[in-house]
Amino acid sequence: MPAHDVLIIGAGLAGQRAALAAAREGASVAIMSKVHPVRSHSVAAAGGINAAISVDDDWHSHAYDTVKGSDFLGDQDAIEVMCSEAPGEVMHLEHIGVTFHRNDRGEMDLRAFGGASIKRTAYVADITGQALLHVLYEQLMKHHETVDRYEEWFTTSLLRDEQGRCCGVIARDVRSGRMEAFTAKNVILACGGAGQAYKPTTNGLIVTGDGIAMAYRAGAPLMDMEMVQYHPTCLVETGILITEGARGEGAHLLNAQGERFMEKMAPNKMELASRDVVSRAEQIEINEGRGVGPGGKGIYLDVTVVPRKRTLEALREIVNLGKDFAGVDITREPITIRPGQHYIMGGVKTDIDGQTPIEGLYAAGEVACVSVHGGNRLGANSLLDTLIFGRRSGEHAAARAASMAMPGIDTHAQLRRDSDAIDAIINRSRDGRRVSEIKNELGEMMNKYAAVFRDEQGLQSARETIARLKEESEHAWIDDRGTVFNQDVLGAIELSYMIDCAETTVVGAIERKESRGAQFRTDYPERNDEQWLKHIDITLDGDGPQVSYSPVTITQWQPEERKY
Amino acid sequence: MAETQRPPEQFSFRVRRYDPESREAPYWDEHTVELEPHRSVLEAILQARDRFDGSIGIRCSCRQAICGSCGVRVNGEPALACHTHLDAALKGASDGVIEIEPMGNMPVIKDLIVDMDAVHWKKVQRVTPWLIAKQPVPEREYIVPHENMVDVTQTMGCIQCGACVSDCLAMEVDPGFIGPAALAKAYRFVGDPRDDQQFERLNDLAQDPQGIFDCTHCFKCVDACPKDVNPMGQIMRLRRIATNDHHIVDQNNGERHEAAFTTLIKAYGLLHEAEILPRSYGGNSWFGKFAPAAGKELLSSLPVVIKGVIRGKFNPKIALFGHKIPKDDLNAVQAIYDKVEGRDERYELNLYIAGEDEVEVQPAAAAALAAPSIADGGAEPEAATPPSSEGSEQ
Repeated sequence: MPAHDVLIIGAGLAGQRAALAAAREGASVAIMSKVHPVRSHSVAAAGGINAAISVDDDWHSHAYDTVKGSDFLGDQDAIEVMCSEAPGEVMHLEHIGVTFHRNDRGEMDLRAFGGASIKRTAYVADITGQALLHVLYEQLMKHHETVDRYEEWFTTSLLRDEQGRCCGVIARDVRSGRMEAFTAKNVILACGGAGQAYKPTTNGLIVTGDGIAMAYRAGAPLMDMEMVQYHPTCLVETGILITEGARGEGAHLLNAQGERFMEKMAPNKMELASRDVVSRAEQIEINEGRGVGPGGKGIYLDVTVVPRKRTLEALREIVNLGKDFAGVDITREPITIRPGQHYIMGGVKTDIDGQTPIEGLYAAGEVACVSVHGGNRLGANSLLDTLIFGRRSGEHAAARAASMAMPGIDTHAQLRRDSDAIDAIINRSRDGRRVSEIKNELGEMMNKYAAVFRDEQGLQSARETIARLKEESEHAWIDDRGTVFNQDVLGAIELSYMIDCAETTVVGAIERKESRGAQFRTDYPERNDEQWLKHIDITLDGDGPQVSYSPVTITQWQPEERKY
Repeated sequence: MAETQRPPEQFSFRVRRYDPESREAPYWDEHTVELEPHRSVLEAILQARDRFDGSIGIRCSCRQAICGSCGVRVNGEPALACHTHLDAALKGASDGVIEIEPMGNMPVIKDLIVDMDAVHWKKVQRVTPWLIAKQPVPEREYIVPHENMVDVTQTMGCIQCGACVSDCLAMEVDPGFIGPAALAKAYRFVGDPRDDQQFERLNDLAQDPQGIFDCTHCFKCVDACPKDVNPMGQIMRLRRIATNDHHIVDQNNGERHEAAFTTLIKAYGLLHEAEILPRSYGGNSWFGKFAPAAGKELLSSLPVVIKGVIRGKFNPKIALFGHKIPKDDLNAVQAIYDKVEGRDERYELNLYIAGEDEVEVQPAAAAALAAPSIADGGAEPEAATPPSSEGSEQ
């Protein structure tokens, strides 16, 4: 049975950064992912990474912008950690090989991004996430003797000992179908968000809330789950993301009358207000009949105002996306976009070292909620979040491992339980619904009721639907009866993970009777600091979610009215 | 707007299925789906998987050509399934049914899923795929030219999908060839001014019999790449830097072969077949054929030559005495050499910023730009002229 000081689940940016940090501290490390690491969804992050590296900038300014962007729900101690450590982290990435684009003096160039008071986003064209992910993977290949890689292994549950400490996982080798127990002194969850609980979404098909649901089932509290980010610029039909870098480079948003409607909502920052503000403004234009395209369901993003050479060099990927996925040459004509599900601010509750309340269990990246994003994440802060808290988790877990013995635990019962559960899914009779049908209904329903605008009635109906889908998912059937690459059966498990995530999102959204950040309640349209300047924590108690609250940490910045 | 809402149509496709547990041979599995014509082959597969058969195996995630999971062959050509429109795929289908198979040059695990670890990733690992940074490491960032970072971003843009590996003809013949993806990755470090080991990397890849000189210059990888990484172009750049800048003379005679090739083309305007081999092995002059190494090589290739003559593959007279081309044409060829060799610095075309040269011009003018007259020596604009040292052949 494999045993490691630190076992990391998920091999996107947070996971790989955690692995490298823990290995550097001398721990024995394994990193496990259900896909090959470079397929992880961090690869799709386009625009860049924020850090106050300019001589005119100061990390306090970055921190304030982040606090304001979070609509004052972010924990300021965590935000201070992230922003103050950002310049060092970005320099480290540059030193290990990230090909950050330069200015004419040969220094790292910076681009403008939403909600930022100064240009502070370092970038590699518009493939920043890909460049970062591939460079970290280069480092994993370099350190292959100190970091064991379990690529294409699917985690089914977390192991806990009698004292409640997390001490490993049960996983399935996707390629062979073999189940195995992995013991570890510490487990770091770094397996991303739950975007596939929505349809459409910018997130890849692999982003199914595995880590959030596994932690929730193991008893860890989830926090801020109601805060779901809609990105302002997604292709109308497929939901494919057009990077915020486009607006960072100067692109305009126009309604059917050709107006730059952001003048009304954010006269100073215009298109570069924070994402919740821009998405809401767009949705209002669409709802009030000023949308463009078929059914008036879109908004024009006009990139033609950016110099063509600059677009071709710095926004090359979206030039291709426009051409390949919408048939539009964005350097010559506007492209139709709309808001689309993109990111969940919430996740497994952690402290600034990535520790969850369960001893031995850490979380970092989108799976976690530190909370640095609060009610709304700023663009180009997610890559930063993954790297800073990935590293901190890795370092902390390695230090913890140094002073403890390898847990001795009998894993047979749980291994058998998970193994039997998979066999049971494979052998289900075909009298229920298909997994894919339930998944589609879940996604479309969430996109209707737990989206940019929400209200009590919609959210209650969402909750009822989720209860029914949960019931149906327990009998849902699949086609594949094999063991080698049985993606079908993994899809059934992923569906159950997504349902848990969707349920906690809806419960949180019902609970929060105010409008803050990404949560806009049409029945409670105002922010209410007196009653709701607090986090909503959700824990699995018996069979259902239990709600409790925790305070927001405020260090230097008192809540104030939020204007862009 | 160019976005036109076209109604859904029926598309039929057949997938090459293989179940390793069944002990049965691969078979074709046909499905018909209904989707808009500009939707992707991946969406068609996913619809079939959702509605008819969830057991169709394919790796996929992002649906936007960035994660590199869904490399397959569509009608025999390597492609990302998510990046291939159904209407385009249908045009390439011989019998109205789009044909989808797993990638080539890699073992199939199940259906459309191939073993990339056994081939692709092993080769990537071969090229020391990490930055060996110049020392001392600066406190802040390395100060490097913007152009260099944009340049290496082209190979950084490789998504490791394996499409080029799938179609590599050299790898088909020599499975040990490091191959297009891994060598493009190598350029990402060789072209990075922060890397300290440019000579060592190039010497390693030049001396390896399955390294940069093993590429046969067939352009298959250039066509296959969904991200315009231009792997063969990167291999040629590795060769140019190795030979021109570092004067690396490799044990595989790759450098000598290139030199012989360019000398002969300059002298004759066309390849002088009988001279290329002795010069590559014996030395780049008429006397090359008297070197023992050349004699040995000539002797060993005699059976191939005889077979070629018998089958009428070439005319022995022309092959032995060289081609004659009209004087004007020969002058035009030599004018290319003069122009290229007359430059102070080697001109490297940066293909990353595609379309930059397409200024706001009328279609007619654009057509004229795309086909400049090289013979008159006025091959402007620069960007439309192929870099002439690309003409080297192995």
